[in-house]
Amino acid sequence: MKRSWREWAISLPSMGWLVFFFVIPTILVCGIAFKPRSINGGIGDGWTLGTWLDVLQPSYPLVVWRTLWLSGMTTLICLLVSVPVAYWLARLSREARNWMLLLIILPFWTNFLIRVFAWWSLLHSQGWLKQALAWVGLVSPDAQLLYNEWAVLLVLVYTYIPFAILPLFASAEKFDFSLLDAARDLGAGKLRAFVSVFLPGISQGMITAFVVVFIPALGSYAIPDIVGGPQSEMIGNKIAQKVFVDRNLPHASALATLLALVVLLPVLYSIFTQRRQKRGNGGRRS
Amino acid sequence: MRKRSRLPMFVTLGVLLFLYAPILVLILYSFNDSRYPGAWQGFTLKWYRMLLEANSVEARDIWRATRNTLVVAFAATIISMVFGTMAAWAMYRFRSRLQSLHQMLVYAPLVVPDILMGISLLMLFVNMSVNLGLTTIVVSHTTFCISYVALVVLGRLQDFDHTLVDAARDLGANGFAVCVRILLPLLGPGIAAGGLLAFTLSVDDFVITFFTAGPGSTTLPVQVYSMMRHGTPTLINALSVIFIIVTFSVVIFSQRVLQRKNNTHPHI
Repeated sequence: MKRSWREWAISLPSMGWLVFFFVIPTILVCGIAFKPRSINGGIGDGWTLGTWLDVLQPSYPLVVWRTLWLSGMTTLICLLVSVPVAYWLARLSREARNWMLLLIILPFWTNFLIRVFAWWSLLHSQGWLKQALAWVGLVSPDAQLLYNEWAVLLVLVYTYIPFAILPLFASAEKFDFSLLDAARDLGAGKLRAFVSVFLPGISQGMITAFVVVFIPALGSYAIPDIVGGPQSEMIGNKIAQKVFVDRNLPHASALATLLALVVLLPVLYSIFTQRRQKRGNGGRRS
Repeated sequence: MRKRSRLPMFVTLGVLLFLYAPILVLILYSFNDSRYPGAWQGFTLKWYRMLLEANSVEARDIWRATRNTLVVAFAATIISMVFGTMAAWAMYRFRSRLQSLHQMLVYAPLVVPDILMGISLLMLFVNMSVNLGLTTIVVSHTTFCISYVALVVLGRLQDFDHTLVDAARDLGANGFAVCVRILLPLLGPGIAAGGLLAFTLSVDDFVITFFTAGPGSTTLPVQVYSMMRHGTPTLINALSVIFIIVTFSVVIFSQRVLQRKNNTHPHI
């Protein structure tokens, strides 16, 4: 009895805080999506489905599709690049590895907006990268590198690469590299050994990397806002636009609910695969 | 010994170049005597001078935003260190239904995109008719910082030797003494690491702050954003370099301290 009293006392502060400032607001957003808008830009009385009819307008499926496409491509590129990095890092000596990890994380400690701003100045029509590419002849001198989907994709990849490298490295570090030699002894080629021994060996890291890149990318707001234009808006931009420009809180809530549903799918998928994998591993061990 | 492929090494070096190039260019731009990012107009320190002398409205706004950022980060860090450590201890010490629920609550904010957290907190504050300001930013930052602190402290607790607590109790220590003389010294580095993470996340946050900040409670990232959007971005370069120097030295310093700790107590 005393024990359970102590458990409650120590759990209550954090649980209470998270229920009040995380769970309740989330439910609130889903609820407000079914409320009408009041004239002064607030939330009206009564219930309505009208907001949802507005949200399902023809312009939104394109934004949802672009959000999925950009986040998916970001995740794919981050994974493709980070797997070799994780492989190389895991085979380094302990000291060299710690230094390399620090080098990879360090840029990520500079302010996020400043990094986006750095890309903005590079891609800007007078920016050095733009000028260099024009000088080499890869782009025409009056081409616009900013304000399109490719600029958004580039900066998304830049922002999320460290998120992909860290979990993949954590998995690769635990990987038994003698398995690769064994595969080669048994006649597998370099690539074959890499694909059918190393990649399955770090699958847990790949799932984590997928979740920590794909989900925040889905909610991107600042990156498409700064380096993308009206033609490369994501759901996040629409939400902010409804809150700050149109003052239509129910509409913003409906969009947020939509985004939450899109986010929930990969989370459920990863929980499901992790469960199945745990069960699979347990079976093998017995 | 077979010859290893060089490809992974080249990919890694390429990634490092990709990660550092924009930052290096930003540093160069901060010494460029031109109002717009572009051609090199000659070396200057005038942006730094403008920033440090704080004569212009822009520079004064930046310093006010810096003060706000630090106030928010300190407050959010302290609250989340207390709550996060308690949460980690509860999840480590007890295995019950309540703790699985607790765990779900702690993990959930980590997988929710910032913008969803921002808008839902904004809706809560609007519904409660709370005025947006520094307090609402502190509350919002604490909400996501608790999870990170709890996670870091829980990680440290995984290699915590619980027999030390039992031994202290057998020797007659009461709950308070166990807390102060055993738990805090042993968990100190973990709590500090969690606090450091919370602090940097708070300083770095833009999206959640953007949604929950009121007029006059601008933090540095929000200030940088509005300068980028509306004003001239000339001061941002110099500001970024100061920012980069401060964060890099904090990271390298804390890395050193943590490494030294690890060396002197290899078993903790």
